[in-house]
Amino acid sequence: MTLLSVRNLTVTLMTASGPADAVRNLSFDIERGQILGIAGESGSGKTMTALSIMGLLPYKGKASGSINFDGEELVGFKPKDLRRVRGKDVAMIFQDPMTSLHPMLTIETQLTEHLRHHRKVSKGEARARALELLDTVKIPDPKTALKAHPSQFSGGMRQRIAIAMALACQPKLLIADEPTTALDVTVQAGILKLLDELRKSQNLSVIVITHDLGVLSALTNRLMIMYAGAEVESGPTSQVLTRPRHPYTQGLIDALPDSGANGKRLIAIEGMPPELGKFPTGCAFHTRCSFARSECKSGTPNKVDIDGIRRIFCTVDPFDTPAGVNR
Amino acid sequence: MKVLRGTGFFPFIIKRILTSLLLIFGMTFISFCITQLVPGDPVAANLGNSAYSDPEIVAAFEKEFGLDQPVPVQYLRYIQNLSDGNLGISLSSKRPVIDDLREYFPATLEIALIAVVIAMVLGLILGTISAITRDRLPDQIIRVLSLTGVSMPTFWTALVFFYVFFFLLGWSPGSGRLDPGAEPPPQVTGMFTIDAIINGDFATFRQAFSYLLLPAIVLAIYALGVLTRFTRASVLEILGNDYVRTARAKGLPELTVIRRHVLRPALLAIITVAGVAFASLMAGSVLIENVFSWPGLGQYAYRAAVGLDLPGIMGVSMVVATVYITMNLIVDILYRVIDPQLRKAEQ
Ligand SMILES: Nc1ncnc2c1ncn2[C@@H]1O[C@H](COP(=O)(O)OP(=O)(O)OP(=O)(O)O)[C@@H](O)[C@H]1O
Ligand code: SF4
Ligand SMILES: [Mg+2]
Repeated sequence: MTLLSVRNLTVTLMTASGPADAVRNLSFDIERGQILGIAGESGSGKTMTALSIMGLLPYKGKASGSINFDGEELVGFKPKDLRRVRGKDVAMIFQDPMTSLHPMLTIETQLTEHLRHHRKVSKGEARARALELLDTVKIPDPKTALKAHPSQFSGGMRQRIAIAMALACQPKLLIADEPTTALDVTVQAGILKLLDELRKSQNLSVIVITHDLGVLSALTNRLMIMYAGAEVESGPTSQVLTRPRHPYTQGLIDALPDSGANGKRLIAIEGMPPELGKFPTGCAFHTRCSFARSECKSGTPNKVDIDGIRRIFCTVDPFDTPAGVNR
Repeated sequence: MKVLRGTGFFPFIIKRILTSLLLIFGMTFISFCITQLVPGDPVAANLGNSAYSDPEIVAAFEKEFGLDQPVPVQYLRYIQNLSDGNLGISLSSKRPVIDDLREYFPATLEIALIAVVIAMVLGLILGTISAITRDRLPDQIIRVLSLTGVSMPTFWTALVFFYVFFFLLGWSPGSGRLDPGAEPPPQVTGMFTIDAIINGDFATFRQAFSYLLLPAIVLAIYALGVLTRFTRASVLEILGNDYVRTARAKGLPELTVIRRHVLRPALLAIITVAGVAFASLMAGSVLIENVFSWPGLGQYAYRAAVGLDLPGIMGVSMVVATVYITMNLIVDILYRVIDPQLRKAEQ
């Protein structure tokens, strides 16, 4: 069953040199209990996609197109109605747990304030729920933790608390924007495992945003790769990662540390991702793509459907061979 | 002195109080040096022409005020007296400086206190409204007004307000602290409004308050402009913080987000400025006391300076420095009360 259906989403932000589209014509779905990964280099519009679902775009930012969540259209929703959905049915955790928790409020206040607002529970009920949540995310000694301030916890613990906060009202969709980027490698695995457990035990749908493909491979069912605000490839995670069809996806995989045999050097994609407002015409990737031809420089790249479950946006489709990548 | 080696809340306060006292002491030395460097003969300034030409009178005057002693001795005497609460005898009023200060300082403190309360409360409200309606009409109106407030010279505002509200509209009772001939309440704090309340005399309170209001508002205007602009800037800065986005992501009403998540950290920044603003209010008061014939520290300082009244000048400097240092102390302590994190970090 589809929980979230995004169609032709475009996010326009105000920049120093005028309005610019940070997300362009994006469409994707998420089923209940599914984890979708969104990957792409910095500036590809992953966070803006997430924030438009939350209705939390930056100052003067605008979303157009359609975001259908559980039967309700969120684009053009009144702020009041958005607040009803936000925090209750859709929750989000952010990249940096060192800055995303309020330094001056106790964990109890931060865990229960939205619960009390949305669910109208009593203080005692809220506290009981908070203890249960801290237990779920494996915070030791929840009773003491309630009285504490965020500064008393490590980054990994704070991210667990942030997850507990997000889960307080039993949301249907959890958006995790680079939930492990700011954490030690050893802590990362624990957080990812926790997210997966929660998806199973609570039938939660999750969007995990990252620029680390390694993070996504074990965790997600589906994967969407973004470049310059637009989708370049999407499909079941295992297929996309083992047999990428888009030159950009291939580039990202080549850049993974453990992709080659031991000692093989990383092949990073040459050049830098384009800045907002300066996206190249045609296929935005053509300035860095080794397969680019003259027709890539204008028009929109061709949409290629693969087996009805995958697609890429590429006019050339250079890896269209039975074995996938062939070099 | 084990307590001083601790790093908790109370050792911190004790340390801060001790350094404050040290600062005040150091300040007496600096201000003494400065007054010694000022050219001019205090004897000539305080005795009339005929008395000045009489060497006997001059000698008696110098002996009475210790001016015949070497400078270091004058300073030591001053410090010794200071420790007894004796600030010397004013050369111009011929009264103990401490008595003069007891009379004039509360008058200034009274308008400065009311002014800082007005400026704080309104500044916080207007600055916050301005920030959350960023670039929309309320913000634009408030920004223009606060810019006007900041750029109007206090002295000029005082004249205009006095003219409009006293002369044209008659809303203000005029200059002074009470109706002519009215009896001030028995002195406890020296602030007429508070003393009247202590005395249970509400008629006098109302009267004193009505005299107080206009100069206090004039004084508040400048600080209000500064505080409004500063509040707007801090609230805007805090609104951009990740933790505010987290609060919004919870779907809390915007008012809750502002009250609980934004104003608390904003207050921390604003209190610092308010401390400085208060000290500058006391200075600003010097400028407007003349316009309102307000018998405060400003008028006294002016007279002491013109009269080269060394004890008087020292007394005023002491008060001003003490106010400044005390404000800093209060700000530092409030900081730790408001921000539990900072307090925890001390432990
Ligand atoms: N408040 C803002 N105003 C204008 N432009 C912004 C604002 N915030 C982000 N942008 C720009 O929007 C574009 C998309 O940003 P977004 O944060 O969605 O990228 P991202 O894919 O999440 O990147 P990262 O991996 O660095 O988080 C970037 O070019 C960024 O510079
Ligand atoms: S459309 Fe052209 S430029 Fe873009 S990815 Fe495909 S081959 Fe490269
Ligand atoms: Mg991002």
